[in-house]
Amino acid sequence: MQDIILTFKLSTFYLAPMVNFRIQIKNLLRLTFIPVLFCLSISPSVVWAQEQPLDIIITEGVEGAIPIAVVPFESSTAGDPPQIISDIIEADLARSGRFETVPREDFLGQPTTFNQVRFKDWRLLKVDAVVVGKVSAAGGGQYDVQFELVDVFEGRQMTGWRYRVDGGKMRKVAHQIADIIYKQLTGIDGAFDTRIAYVTVQKTASGGGSYLLQVADSDGYGPSTALTSSQPILSPAWSPNGSRLAYVSFEGRKPKIFVQNVADGRRVKLADYPGINSAPAWSPDGSRIAMTLSRDGNPEIYVADSSGGNLRRLTKHGAIDTEPAWSPDGQTIVFTSGRSGKAQIYRMNANGGGVSRITFDGKYNARASFSPDGNQLVMITERGRGYQVGLLDMRTNATKVLSDTRLDESPSFAPNGAMIIYGTQSGGRGVLAAVSSDGRASQILKFQEGAVREPAWSPFNRKL
Amino acid sequence: MRKSLALIVIVMLAFNLAACGKKKVVENVPIAEGGSGDGGDGTGGVGSDGIEGSQFGPGNPDDPNDPLNKRVVYFEYDSPNLDAEGQIIAEAHAQWLASNPGVTVVLEGHADERGTREYNLALGENRAQSVMQVMQGMGVSGSNIQSISYGEERPVALGADESSWSLNRRVEIIYGN
Repeated sequence: MQDIILTFKLSTFYLAPMVNFRIQIKNLLRLTFIPVLFCLSISPSVVWAQEQPLDIIITEGVEGAIPIAVVPFESSTAGDPPQIISDIIEADLARSGRFETVPREDFLGQPTTFNQVRFKDWRLLKVDAVVVGKVSAAGGGQYDVQFELVDVFEGRQMTGWRYRVDGGKMRKVAHQIADIIYKQLTGIDGAFDTRIAYVTVQKTASGGGSYLLQVADSDGYGPSTALTSSQPILSPAWSPNGSRLAYVSFEGRKPKIFVQNVADGRRVKLADYPGINSAPAWSPDGSRIAMTLSRDGNPEIYVADSSGGNLRRLTKHGAIDTEPAWSPDGQTIVFTSGRSGKAQIYRMNANGGGVSRITFDGKYNARASFSPDGNQLVMITERGRGYQVGLLDMRTNATKVLSDTRLDESPSFAPNGAMIIYGTQSGGRGVLAAVSSDGRASQILKFQEGAVREPAWSPFNRKL
Repeated sequence: MRKSLALIVIVMLAFNLAACGKKKVVENVPIAEGGSGDGGDGTGGVGSDGIEGSQFGPGNPDDPNDPLNKRVVYFEYDSPNLDAEGQIIAEAHAQWLASNPGVTVVLEGHADERGTREYNLALGENRAQSVMQVMQGMGVSGSNIQSISYGEERPVALGADESSWSLNRRVEIIYGN
């Protein structure tokens, strides 16, 4: 039975070595002149004008957002690259909910370097910060990209960077620039230069479905397909270093767990026991995977090495136990259990034992996972208004409902903890949505084809 | 009455023939309700000569109340437990399977779309297990029963309301050979 086509397209984009393209000169960042540096990198085969698979609809903005102007980057060459860079930076910042981007038609000038910025123009617009930059062709399909972030009130350059990149890396550079700006102005690491894995379901001509495991940039652009199957795919989970995805695939008409290299598509079958094999969750050090198996007659949580060996059972209860998730320190596993009669969240020691119930509010609480700082749990909660994204602060024991959608699933924290992506329904179709973890900004990512579900936000895969 | 008895005999014979795996006499499409039957491979209905036929399994095709004609067991929200009707259906099939040890079944567990996919996958599994336990308890060999859960992945009704959800919370009993 040929359910499965493995694809290897990811390699062109993601095999790129982790070039450390900022040689940081931190102290220089505060000086007026552009600090430095660049270099990089390969990957000629990616066309950089990606198709645009989605619309992002910002459904809720934020009061008190930082007003910022992103001036279209100047280009010494014809074509789209510079425009795309400044557009992406602007979209990233707007999406985060922490910035209010000023409309370009209001601009009184088009500076491209710090020296050209007339501060009084921007003060008139009540802008706190201005982003300026330019792009020029460097030959051999490469470009020099430079930007500066300007503090309008103090009249100084807050930071500036220059890169030499392949045309195929323009989106990536733009996300990295947005990360720098975000960090500079909020103090929090940006997570724009990260990826999301998700499942797309397309109806086939014969009326059946085609399931695609896909990986895209955090804004949904540049999707690559890691796996295509005629059978459902569920629960993609990133390894802590971002190099592998564990997931559940029904190929062969039975849910099994696979672990696949993101770069080259090679994969191993991790678990194929009788019954269900599902809900893979990596330990924070990547050495172990917790999962749900019903091999002993009832869905229970087990843990194995990331190669699948040394399988050990952690729970023992006649009700459903599933959806394990590790705490960032690796000491605790939270999971969903039906042992009270309804789905609720429980915790236990990572080696099993010490089970205690965490959630008491709401008829249904499931699929919990930890915030990167370990202080909060995001989950699906039902409190009379549908199945929504809830955030439990474990220090205060207070739960806040973050979403106003009704059939939410699979919430997943961005690695900086600032945003949560989840699956929901819009117009009868599966879509991805994101909400800031303070609940103040939200958006729906509408893909143009198929239903989209089961998002998982990658870790910071390339340290800068 | 005599006619229908005769029919039952013929039907049983036909089914057993098919079930013994010599040759598939009829496509395996249940006449009873439901059944997305992903595991079932029939598309059924119209033969190449254009004659419409409906295929049936062990139940009496003339008796809509024969529990053997029901191939789908339904469940309450978030519950893996059989209700009274589900128990009757499961027992009827169990009894039939126990006396026809050459026949195998796949029990396909499903859930409605509410809640998380993984929890629903587990719920579908436990629903299938509930039917399986009835069957094994009545003497059906475990090697003749297979369970699979599709969770919420294969709904038969697509609405977002209780009338659809109630149809999706189910175990399908799919006869093999």
